[in-house]
Amino acid sequence: MTTRRGAHSQRGRPPRALVLLAALTLTFLLVPFAALLQRAPWSGLIDLLREPVVTEALRLSLISACLATALSLLGGIPLAWMLARTDFPGRSLVRALVVLPMVLPPVVGGAALLFAFGRRGLVGGPVYDGTGFLLPYSLWGVVAANTFVALPFLVVTVEAGLRSADLRYEDAAATLGAGRWMVFRQITLPMILPSVVAGAVLCWARALGEFGATVTFAGNLQGRTQTMPLAVFLALESDREAAIALSLVLVAVSLAVLLPLRDRWLAA
Amino acid sequence: MLRADVVLRLGALDLSAEVEVADGEVVAVLGPNGAGKSTLLRAVAGLLPLDRGVISVDGEALDAPDAGIFVPTHRRPIGVVFQDHLLFPRLSAVDNVAFGLRARGMRKPDARRVATGWLERVGLADHAGAKPGALSGGQSQRVALARALATEPRVLLLDEPLAALDARTRLHMRAELRRHLATFPGARLLVTHDPIDALVLADRLVVLEAGRVTQEGTTDDVVRHPRSRYVAELVGVNLLHGTAVGDHRVRLAGGAELVVADPVPATDVAVAVRPQAVTIHRDEPEGSARNAWPATVAELEARDDRVRVQLAGPVGTGGGGQAGLVAEVTPAAVAALGLAPGTAVWATVKAVDLAVYER
Repeated sequence: MTTRRGAHSQRGRPPRALVLLAALTLTFLLVPFAALLQRAPWSGLIDLLREPVVTEALRLSLISACLATALSLLGGIPLAWMLARTDFPGRSLVRALVVLPMVLPPVVGGAALLFAFGRRGLVGGPVYDGTGFLLPYSLWGVVAANTFVALPFLVVTVEAGLRSADLRYEDAAATLGAGRWMVFRQITLPMILPSVVAGAVLCWARALGEFGATVTFAGNLQGRTQTMPLAVFLALESDREAAIALSLVLVAVSLAVLLPLRDRWLAA
Repeated sequence: MLRADVVLRLGALDLSAEVEVADGEVVAVLGPNGAGKSTLLRAVAGLLPLDRGVISVDGEALDAPDAGIFVPTHRRPIGVVFQDHLLFPRLSAVDNVAFGLRARGMRKPDARRVATGWLERVGLADHAGAKPGALSGGQSQRVALARALATEPRVLLLDEPLAALDARTRLHMRAELRRHLATFPGARLLVTHDPIDALVLADRLVVLEAGRVTQEGTTDDVVRHPRSRYVAELVGVNLLHGTAVGDHRVRLAGGAELVVADPVPATDVAVAVRPQAVTIHRDEPEGSARNAWPATVAELEARDDRVRVQLAGPVGTGGGGQAGLVAEVTPAAVAALGLAPGTAVWATVKAVDLAVYER
């Protein structure tokens, strides 16, 4: 699975063209971060981060990204299983629909969510009339927008894991008397755990950075639906230093989560 | 009692084979790669549905497309030992064996206790806590066997049970597997491409070639009377096709004639001769051996403490004698006769060493 350290030395030096292009790409990725660090208002940073705008946005972002990931796991794994392991009419169409939010501009996704679950939406209308419950402009609206956009990352990753898993172990479990549910729980799920974790990380990261669908569907209400990306966008207009501080926090949180997981799960 | 009348198509394979295994009997399905052996076994286990035919255990249908019956794998009273053993890598040996019992709703402590008993029976009680990765090939094979037997199935299937083992372990495990199989009261069906496994483990052989049963019978019967070239090569016997030209004479495809001791039973016959029964001489022999013919040494191949000598000549296993007859001699004989590729020799076979039977 993993390449042994130092294995490259046996195959000679890496080609110069590849090294050059890789270095250019890395520079392109790192310069914006460097610029961010360079412009950071280091002296007033602590005070800036204590502002309620920042703490509330951070709290909302973390909560909604985690909830969206949990929902995606709950619904995405079964969906991935259906796509990988069963044959039903229109499966390829379903697969295309599942990844649609990946290619769709998030704003379009947010608008679609509004038409579906808004106060006068296809589903949201009757629900509001009956119960008074309204999804948009609430924390659950943020979670819905995040899930809508981030779910495909989980489904695609888990489906790939299911497809590459060795089916013979599932066969062996079946011959021992395990029904499909027990096989799934005790054999399949442990086997695809790396894919599930990788998918969840991608999903979480996508949810954390979600902007377009959230602002369209859930609005930009400080303390209620204003997540970090929204706060950054707003601050850029009024208080550039606050925007930079918020951005730094977002970068730091992302790195803190992604770095440890990357080595453990994403290195293939 | 297992009855499997399997008709199914899978890719290029067109399988249509019937196998019956009585309780207490070990039947080996022997065949080359791609003959459909594993497919047959998977169909019996319920991992592949039949197109037509029927699979039943003790008269109870498990798969009968015509009657609309299909019992899923996990409800069949059938245990399977897979080729690569397929022990669940995250479970310890005892939990692997306990898996089937847990699937049947047994509580964990009880399942573990029963599983430990099974590990004791295969001599692995002290490896109960070991993960499959820490077990040797022979050990994991024994765990796989214990796991399959722990659910007390009525039929036991073994898919190339010894193929994953190295040569030394294999020899040892073959004898051990034979012992364990003897304690299992139900029907046992084993699939293998290794004739030695089949001969050692099975009471009866079913030869499967390109999806069809080409021969079946007791191991003894198949070895003595191989009916196809594949079987003859497999069990190490020369198989010659010919036609009767008298009560005790057979004319081979290449034109040569052999005298046989037994009366020729039919017009189209096969003659089987064991390589050990073929004698090689430097000069034209005189005396009682009436089957003698000149030949050329085509190839020498050392096998264990014997040398297999391929002889090109009028008597051979292929049409026209292109594929040589195989003689098996000692290295000392090779030296004494000065045999090398190209050496001109005479080959003889006694009439009593030729088994002749209807094709």
